[in-house]
Amino acid sequence: MNSGSATVGRAELRHDSVMVLAAFCRTLGAAGVAITTDRTQYFLAAIDHLDVLDVEQVYWAGRLTLCGDPEDLGTYDAAFLAYFSGAGVVNKPALPHPIQLRIAPVMPQSDDAAESAELESGADPLQAKAAEVEVLRHSDLGQLSADQRRELARMLELLRPGLPMRRSLRRHPGRSGSVDPRRTVRAMLQAGGEPARLARRERRTTERRIVLLIDVSGSMTPYADSLLRFAHVLTRRLGVDCEVFTIGTRLTRLTRAMAERDPNRALAACAATIPDWSGGTRLGEVLKAFTDRWGQRGTARGAVVVIFSDGWERGTPELLAEQVGRLQRLARTVVWVNPHKGKAGYQPVQGGIMAVLPAVDHFLAGHSLATLEELLEVVRHA
Amino acid sequence: MQTPSNDSTVSSESDGAALAFASPAALTAALEKTGYLPDQGIATAAFLAMAMRRPLLLEGAPGAGKTALAQALAEITSANLVRLQCYEGIEAAQALYDWDFPRQVLHLRAAELGPRSELDAIEESLYTERFLIERPILRALRHSPSVLLIDEIDRADDEFEAFLLEVLTDFAVTIPELGRVEATVAPLVILTSNRTRELHDALKRRCLYHWVEHPSLEREVAILRARMPEISLRLARQVAFAVAKLRVAELLKPPGVAESLDWARALQALGCSELDPENAAMTLGAVLKYREDSERITAQGLSALLAS
Repeated sequence: MNSGSATVGRAELRHDSVMVLAAFCRTLGAAGVAITTDRTQYFLAAIDHLDVLDVEQVYWAGRLTLCGDPEDLGTYDAAFLAYFSGAGVVNKPALPHPIQLRIAPVMPQSDDAAESAELESGADPLQAKAAEVEVLRHSDLGQLSADQRRELARMLELLRPGLPMRRSLRRHPGRSGSVDPRRTVRAMLQAGGEPARLARRERRTTERRIVLLIDVSGSMTPYADSLLRFAHVLTRRLGVDCEVFTIGTRLTRLTRAMAERDPNRALAACAATIPDWSGGTRLGEVLKAFTDRWGQRGTARGAVVVIFSDGWERGTPELLAEQVGRLQRLARTVVWVNPHKGKAGYQPVQGGIMAVLPAVDHFLAGHSLATLEELLEVVRHA
Repeated sequence: MQTPSNDSTVSSESDGAALAFASPAALTAALEKTGYLPDQGIATAAFLAMAMRRPLLLEGAPGAGKTALAQALAEITSANLVRLQCYEGIEAAQALYDWDFPRQVLHLRAAELGPRSELDAIEESLYTERFLIERPILRALRHSPSVLLIDEIDRADDEFEAFLLEVLTDFAVTIPELGRVEATVAPLVILTSNRTRELHDALKRRCLYHWVEHPSLEREVAILRARMPEISLRLARQVAFAVAKLRVAELLKPPGVAESLDWARALQALGCSELDPENAAMTLGAVLKYREDSERITAQGLSALLAS
């Protein structure tokens, strides 16, 4: 548009630039920014209004049209630099395949003599299976075999979490509540102007937000997989308003990664997002980062906040206590889940746990499926 | 590529194309005249929003000047600034239009007392311009040119977002009793969000997206001087420097540009020609809004904050 130089070269320049810029969009898509055809079109349209030979203008045109989230900005900057300086480009890893569901037979497949003998002796295999499930429900998530882990993943998916509710400011027609002038006047008109029955409207209820903060530091590693699966089950529940973060040496938001429907894909996406698996913990600092960047602005306000952590804190317990206190003032309920609490002889003696207990509304175990079900009940009635 | 001659405002009041600027640089120059000093990102964003007729979604720290941009844009294009503050539970009736029900009922009763007329005629007279209450979006559509500022969209819920998407797609609404209302010139739409909730991708895709940062030290000094020409360069520098230090000082609520302006105004009102620990202590409430923050900074010593 502004390029007022020789018209001969213009069409050529335009063609070349479209090729280069469209290829840049592909690069950016490969680097992990969600690029759609319409975004590419907006980008090219934006360039039409600007100077395609000015790097800064191209940079801003792309950043304004191709990004949609502050998390995209870092990727965009890196890809822009790599593409326009001619350096190599990092591709994002391919997604794993979704799991194939198989129906596991309840009856033993092998015709083992001992087993058939057992069958004849009257032990019901269905009962045995049921007992196995019951045992698994109560076993420690941190000490499962690979088979048990798979079984547990299936059982987690069968959870049907109930959601906490709150009153919404939206109103809908109802029997009680304030007068609904719109419907009342309509009714009056139909009655030829005679005052008819007063129509009323009442407050609706809506789902209360749930915030899950999952500690993925070294001491919580055995539980991380199951807890992330649990979080996925909750986020996939219809109508839920759920935000998931991991805490470790830094804060990572997983809500986007959790949007994947297939649990294995979601978990792989989470794993790719979390930079600090099994690292140390700086609970206090990371909780502060959460409250500063998310909680105080609104994410934690009136929400049910669940923190999964054993409270091992490298930093000072005072900072941790201060931050949990802050969260408690913002949130409706703060639930602290410590998997070690379920172990025999556990005493809350770690400095971190001691410091936060006064500011926590519920202190739960959450080391097994049964205790996670208890947690869901607590959350539902929060 | 750009010739300096077309580096100025193109004005044509007649056909409503008065919102056209030749380049981001021209827009920057116009904005600077109003006292709003944009960086290149904001200028390009606003320029493209005007040129492409696309809503601009601004996110960023509170107090980084998102709302001020809309005001400045309205000023330079001599458009009406229409502001729609979103809140939880906001519905189309609060954003678009509503009927004045009490007056309609009065009118109905009065019509019945007068000479007998047909019910149809009465009903028709009830749904006319007279009883229509314009809400912000309708006002922005009917009074072109306008800048429509939709503030804190993240506070509204999903249903409202879907409704907005519809309006922002064709800049027209249909009022069943009156007919279709279409903007002669599509309003320039600025949406702001504090990211308390993820917006839908559909809405984001319609918009240009810009993340607003706090201004650099030099820019902040320039902003203070532009907004308050009466304060000395020395005071402006001291305030901007102290605020920049506060922003990296692990506070519950780091101060934005609005706070540094407030602080400078407070100092000005007290007749201070420079910032020293004594008057900083007196005016700290203008820049820090949490007791914990004030205590922390006071404990660290105000002279440390002011020392360069």
